[in-house]
Amino acid sequence: MIVYVTKRLVIGLVTLLLASVVVFGVLEILPGDPARIMLGMNAGPDALEALRQEMGLNQPAPVRFFQWLAGLVTGDLGRSYTYSSPVIDLVQERLVVSLPLALISLFLSTAIAIPVGVFAASRSGKLSDTLTMGTAQIGIALPNFWLALLLVYVFAVGLRVLPAGGFPGWADPVEAIKSLILPSISLALPQAAILARVTRSAMVETLGEDFIRTARAKGLPRRKVLWRHALRNAMIPVLTILGLQFSFLLAGTIIIENVFYLPGLGRLIFQAINQRDLIVVEGVVMLLVASLILINLAVDICYAIVDPRLRIGR
Amino acid sequence: MSLLEIENLRVSIGQIPILNGVSLTVEAGEIMGLVGESGSGKSMTALTAMGLLPHGMEAFGRVTLDGVDILSAPESAMNRLRGHDIAMVFQEPMTALNPLKTIGEQVAEGIRWHTGANRADAESRARAMLDRVGLPESQFPLNRYPHELSGGQRQRVVIAMACALNPKLLIADEPTTALDVVIQAQILDLLQELVDEGRMGLLLISHDLAVVAQYADRLTILRDGEVMEAGETAAILREQKHPYTRQLARASTHVPARAKAPEIASGKPLLEVKGVARDYPVRRTSLFAPRKTFRAVDDVSFDIQERQSVALVGRSGCGKSTLARIILALDKPSDGSVTFRGKDLAHGSQAELKSIRRDLQVVFQDPYGSFNPRHRVERLVGEPLHLMEKPLTAAQKRDRVAEALQQVGLSPSDMHKYPHEFSGGQRQRLSIARAIITKPKLIVADEPVSALDVSIRAQILDLFAELNEQLGLAYLFITHDLTVARAVSDVTMVMHAGKIVERGPTSEVLSSPKTEPARALVEAAPDLEQALNKRLQGIQR
Repeated sequence: MIVYVTKRLVIGLVTLLLASVVVFGVLEILPGDPARIMLGMNAGPDALEALRQEMGLNQPAPVRFFQWLAGLVTGDLGRSYTYSSPVIDLVQERLVVSLPLALISLFLSTAIAIPVGVFAASRSGKLSDTLTMGTAQIGIALPNFWLALLLVYVFAVGLRVLPAGGFPGWADPVEAIKSLILPSISLALPQAAILARVTRSAMVETLGEDFIRTARAKGLPRRKVLWRHALRNAMIPVLTILGLQFSFLLAGTIIIENVFYLPGLGRLIFQAINQRDLIVVEGVVMLLVASLILINLAVDICYAIVDPRLRIGR
Repeated sequence: MSLLEIENLRVSIGQIPILNGVSLTVEAGEIMGLVGESGSGKSMTALTAMGLLPHGMEAFGRVTLDGVDILSAPESAMNRLRGHDIAMVFQEPMTALNPLKTIGEQVAEGIRWHTGANRADAESRARAMLDRVGLPESQFPLNRYPHELSGGQRQRVVIAMACALNPKLLIADEPTTALDVVIQAQILDLLQELVDEGRMGLLLISHDLAVVAQYADRLTILRDGEVMEAGETAAILREQKHPYTRQLARASTHVPARAKAPEIASGKPLLEVKGVARDYPVRRTSLFAPRKTFRAVDDVSFDIQERQSVALVGRSGCGKSTLARIILALDKPSDGSVTFRGKDLAHGSQAELKSIRRDLQVVFQDPYGSFNPRHRVERLVGEPLHLMEKPLTAAQKRDRVAEALQQVGLSPSDMHKYPHEFSGGQRQRLSIARAIITKPKLIVADEPVSALDVSIRAQILDLFAELNEQLGLAYLFITHDLTVARAVSDVTMVMHAGKIVERGPTSEVLSSPKTEPARALVEAAPDLEQALNKRLQGIQR
């Protein structure tokens, strides 16, 4: 188990290093001179040169790469030139919105998808299976921003029970949670639809295995066999999808955060790209890469917890 | 009243009948052997008695266990019966256990469910049961996982699970078909002991008459969902009244008529294996432990002459398949050399190997898994033709495929069909056709008949014998089944723990084995005549 985790950790670190090279390289190739963008089109050459000097832009790329990397390690992601504040502060400010949003969505989608998937699998081939999976199919096809608008129309405009957008801050936790409810539902439902289908097919496959028959021959009722023997065996594909979804929830919220005017990471990166604030883009992308790797590591560890055969270091 | 009474049982899927009025009884303390080939309805009979028929199947007739009507019992009543009064052991021990739960959990689970015992009590009963089936605590603590056990050990766990609550009736559906002969004998002996101890009834299901004959008090012979013959084992085997019984008995001891072993040319051997060894790295337990290796094949030397048929027998895990892979140049030896017709197999280049592979072909065990289901026979059988020196035209290829199909007893028109249109035996004929199409000198056959029914198996053995004569083929049969060795080999080699421990003319090795591993194999091999003699002696005593 220790060998297994250590190996995964080393692989993760190497991936992170490679990703940092790619992120830095891509932004290096992109057209646009940061100094000119900061000072505007009318800036004189002297002023530009002075700024480049100040930001270290005149140094060769490898030197700047290692400076940047050293910064990353010490938690210094650089300074945004549009916000004129350290990137790390910006990220922290946004993360308190994005992280709870992602966690609530993940919780919702799992809590919906797994029971629905298990239910459909246990009734595989019957009408109730067809109906639930048909509904899930529609859920997959729904764009989440459209669902978001629909939810706003019903709960904010019509019933007036939840805010239509904005984020009041965590000073008042009840209001803060209230403002996250609609965004997380609109994120969670399409994800839940996918996850429910994956759960169902994994369960149907597991229910056909020999050991299910063995468990039934012991006299265990169908229901017990379903939850005790089948579900854990069906978890591996479900965990894989769950890991992918969590990283999507963290990074892919650009549209939903825009619909609900949430000051989250998605909006930060969206604005940074628009304003060519490359330092912010670099920093946030690296943060997302790191979280992705961390989630994958967590999923790998979950695999080993679920399946004893994977615990031996390979 | 008998323990299990099945009367005029009919089962069908939609309109297709599976069982047509099967009747049989099992008494307490008795072993009833249910024998039949695949598709005869043995497993369906067993599943009906368990109340576990697959969806969409309906059963009519009468099935009672100790007076309780099974067919009309509600699901909740069946849940109380299963595992308590009636239990079952399945064919495939490798997949019959939940891979994510420890063996202790799995044995204790049924005990807790039926008796309401707390975890500690259930676990101590599970422990006692595992001890009873030959899995002592010192080597097999409760927290072992199934993947840490071998097939035979897993089957013992399944038996412990089934017998934990002393059921009145145990159904064992081909419990040893996936195991080697020595383990098979151990498992069947264990079942016999459990029956004798607890007055449990046992319904022992098998396709192999010889296996069942040795243990069963009475036999029921099933074919196409109908009972052909039923009665005392000794009487049935002695008289063999029913033609189908006779056919089964003959098939299971079938030895193809072969011309006398060809004069072995003393010239250069076809295949020469010299001091071959193969090491595998053993998984390290920690990052800092020294690297260890496991020697799967250990200093093996032998040769095969042209037209000679050699059997390599041994228990599972003895290294025979690794050796076969090395001979087929699918794996490289760690040490030693393999020479085929004077060319080095182990260190040859791809081009050299190509010409060698033309003369060295293979037949695998599983006629289902070794064909791509989306290709037609013409393409499947003609596949090795790319090994030919000069590329053949499409017409030439088709001629070769037609010829090969004819040689294995199929029709040339079969080349337009897909594999699923053939039966298991015909599919094995197809894989033999694929092997002989390049006109090879040596065929390596890895358990070529162990997945087949006895009568089909007799036919395939005949075919091997025939091709040996007609085409002058040499064979290397790899098998744990001595009847295969007896049927078609001139020389038998016994492998044990990576070494060849005995080698000699087949009849000699099988009748008077000299080494311990060879003796164990021969003694464990099911033999119809011996079984009958034992039964008759038992009656006289």
